[in-house]
Amino acid sequence: MKSGLTLLQSLLALLAGGMALCGLIGAAISADAEILLTVAVGLGALTLARFFFRPISLWLDGLAAVLIAVALVLALPRGSAMPGHYWFAMVSAWAFAWLFVDQLSGEIRKGTVPRKTMGLLIPAVFGVALLVVWEIVTRGANVPPVLLPAPSAIGAQLANSAPILWADFVQTFIKSVIPGYIIGCLAGLIVAIAVDRSPFLKAGLLPIGNFMSALPIIGIAPIMVMWFGFDWQSKAAVVVAMTFFPMLVNTVAGLNAASSIERDLMRTYAANYWQTLLKLRLPAAGPFIFNALKINSTLALIGAIVAEFFGTPVVGMGFRISTGVGRLAIDLVWAEIAVAAIAGSAFYGVIALIERGVTFWHPSVRGGRA
Amino acid sequence: MTTPTVVSAEHLGLTFSTNDGDVIALSDVNLTIEKGEFVSFIGPSGCGKTTFLRTIADLEQPTSGALHINGQTPEEARKARAYGYVFQAPALYPWRTIEKNVALPLEIMGYSAAEQAERIKRTLELVNLSGFEKKFPWQLSGGMQQRASIARALAFDADLLLMDEPFGALDEIVRDHLNSELLKLWDRTKKTICFVTHSIPEAVYLSTKIVVMSPRPGRVTDIIESNLPKERPLDIRETPEFLAIAARVRDGLRAGHSYEEVV
Ligand SMILES: Nc1ncnc2c1ncn2[C@@H]1O[C@H](COP(=O)(O)OP(=O)(O)OP(=O)(O)O)[C@@H](O)[C@H]1O
Ligand SMILES: [Mg+2]
Repeated sequence: MKSGLTLLQSLLALLAGGMALCGLIGAAISADAEILLTVAVGLGALTLARFFFRPISLWLDGLAAVLIAVALVLALPRGSAMPGHYWFAMVSAWAFAWLFVDQLSGEIRKGTVPRKTMGLLIPAVFGVALLVVWEIVTRGANVPPVLLPAPSAIGAQLANSAPILWADFVQTFIKSVIPGYIIGCLAGLIVAIAVDRSPFLKAGLLPIGNFMSALPIIGIAPIMVMWFGFDWQSKAAVVVAMTFFPMLVNTVAGLNAASSIERDLMRTYAANYWQTLLKLRLPAAGPFIFNALKINSTLALIGAIVAEFFGTPVVGMGFRISTGVGRLAIDLVWAEIAVAAIAGSAFYGVIALIERGVTFWHPSVRGGRA
Repeated sequence: MTTPTVVSAEHLGLTFSTNDGDVIALSDVNLTIEKGEFVSFIGPSGCGKTTFLRTIADLEQPTSGALHINGQTPEEARKARAYGYVFQAPALYPWRTIEKNVALPLEIMGYSAAEQAERIKRTLELVNLSGFEKKFPWQLSGGMQQRASIARALAFDADLLLMDEPFGALDEIVRDHLNSELLKLWDRTKKTICFVTHSIPEAVYLSTKIVVMSPRPGRVTDIIESNLPKERPLDIRETPEFLAIAARVRDGLRAGHSYEEVV
């Protein structure tokens, strides 16, 4: 085939170029033609030439996607529905983006472009494409902002309400999530070691631990508010309760992860309990402990936010979300959700990064044989 | 002059009780090993060689008979750190580098840092792993891993060395090299060595005493004292004396097998 593409890529290329052509025709016959958009879809339509002359670089496809998307977002009318032919341009931009990513991942697999830098480009393109489509659909179809505001509106709200968002972040994340997470995980770890050592606790506490970690602990939030008051202490307590049991159960399992031959070795050295714990069983439990740390990083944030629904001083992410919905301040609610998503991903990412450093030896991390 | 007895087993028996019935791994084993001996255990798979070594190491408890190590119970001997054990698998800790793996027993037994460094260097040289100190076990071949585990067992001062098929994963040339290194080490350090192998030439080349075992129920069928000289170049393996002992070992193995075979 002249274009040098796979079947899927050819179809995408045809769709992208064809939709650009439709957009161009639409612009030609409609009265209100936006210059920039017309030029962008014109260029997009030109890529159809790849089927007749010679293959074009994947970067041109990427460029076409960006050009059409930018032109389209700039051309979006305010307050009224957008002209029908804009939809062609949107589908075209989306197809160009997909085509670009598909070719790029093919090149990465072949090793012609570096995996390290370009690998990041793929999720970035996905994220941006999602935002662009969201923007165009909400504004182009005039979706009521109460249902779903456009990303640009959420972004503006993020910038405008930065002081409020920051205060909420400090209240919820710094004061409730972090201390609760640290206390809960540490307590889970220590109790797990005690449980592991004592057959009595193992028989008694572990079934309860398994039971509790299956319960939606968030249900205790109102009780915690009664016990510890309205401020962050009660939220931290909820976080402690939520993170404790996953850590307990995972660590107890992890302490048994060392193989029998690895334990026999310690026995032949007449190593004592603490030496065996520190030099064998805890390192071997590392992957399990980090698994709990990662689970807990998301649980902690959920716990703190939902706990604030049940009573709080007039600050906090959960407080802002619950009152924002009541006051129809939906932009602010979405801005809080965006902050929570970013904070939660960053938290998880940091833990995952530490995990890679600490359990580098585990086959799942180094990607090799056992 | 009497040499002290290191291992003495009298009517030693060990039966594993499993979900589908009892498995007799050792029955009525009588054996004495004196200080400075090199004893090989040879026999078909599943005949109880590993089990016997593990019983000496206090990793399994005998169910009948008596076993003494240096005149002590196996547990006392283990607590006195009387032996070094090379397992059938390398059992290196994947989160430690090769040198840190060799250092593991030294850390546990409280050697000083300088002493540790000196012993790591010496034992890694001995097994030809110099230059691999900073590598992790999973970056090494199976044979290199096994050599690292031998270095680990040699790093501390145990007079008894228990080796369970240590060279099973190695090629012929490396195996020959390590065999003669092991003999030199044995001669120099006067250690007592219990050595499990499946190879008749290896057993004859290394040993002062060869214990031939037969499968279920794990019995000792023959104990062959070797009269080969202590100085053993590799080409001793072509001499008539050597071949005579090898033939006797082979006969012992055949006899142990005979009830399974249609002759
Ligand atoms: N923990 C155990 N529980 C039950 N049976 C066992 C256990 N360990 C070993 N056995 C059985 O005891 C017998 C002897 O096993 P052992 O490992 O000592 O054999 P081996 O001579 O070392 O064999 P190989 O040459 O294959 O290593 C086998 O039948 C085995 O199934
Ligand atoms: Mg064995």
